[in-house]
Amino acid sequence: MALDPALIGRSYPPSPAYLVGREKIREFASAIGDDNPVFHDVAAAQALGYADVVAPPTFAIVVATKASSTALQDPELGLDYSRVVHGEQQFAYERPIVAGDSLVVTAVIEDIRSAAGNDLLTTRADVATSQGELVCTARSVIVSRGTAGPA
Amino acid sequence: MAASIARADVSVGTQLPTRTFAVHRADLVSYAGACGDFNVIHWNERIARAVGLPDVIAHGMLTMAHATTVVTDWVGDPGAVVEVGVRFTRPVVVPDDDAGASVEVEGKVAELLPEGLVRVELRATSAGATVLARAFAVVRLA
Repeated sequence: MALDPALIGRSYPPSPAYLVGREKIREFASAIGDDNPVFHDVAAAQALGYADVVAPPTFAIVVATKASSTALQDPELGLDYSRVVHGEQQFAYERPIVAGDSLVVTAVIEDIRSAAGNDLLTTRADVATSQGELVCTARSVIVSRGTAGPA
Repeated sequence: MAASIARADVSVGTQLPTRTFAVHRADLVSYAGACGDFNVIHWNERIARAVGLPDVIAHGMLTMAHATTVVTDWVGDPGAVVEVGVRFTRPVVVPDDDAGASVEVEGKVAELLPEGLVRVELRATSAGATVLARAFAVVRLA
């Protein structure tokens, strides 16, 4: 069944706060094979002016996914997970995520369109601190294969 | 908080150091745990094949992370990365052997933007196929 464009613009309540842990950042950096000291060593991060270790840029997906999955699981959207692939991903940063940040994410369905028989769903997740400072914006395009009706 | 590369030292066409990343099955298990994406196609060959994939495939976000590492290694301060984006075109297929898969990432300065920003174009290939398209980063140079 095709995704309903009437859902464009729907937003979801802010996620519970995600507390960014120093060890989680180190674990993530190690998992992507990145030994840059600023991701592992507090002194190296502080030498660059940060309060604590810095998260690699794509760490934002860990936080963003927690909110955008709420959108993807919206029963009114009716997304069939077995048909879904990740099409595109973008991040725009105000500043890097740093250990100790308490982050709240708000997701919105930004676009729904069809192309070549597939539905393309764009979600945007705004990642902000609990105090309301915007940290980054994550945009994901999810492809639902073969669900768009004939044009 | 400042990039270690100066805007004055780059021009359109300046190359970033190319890097090759080895991706083994164990790396996918490790990344799944670190990011929380436990989709079985990233660790279970039986199910990956059942849904029409040639074998287990890497998380697209792991490949994006590798591409981004090329940028952060070049620029020094990860806070200099203002924007990064990719389109996932083909999967990185990770066989169950000692060699695993190999992802090569190249980057070059594609455009000089106002306010000390530059746009970097990235290219990621694995087994001869382009795995990321329209991959780019916008970075603020010193």
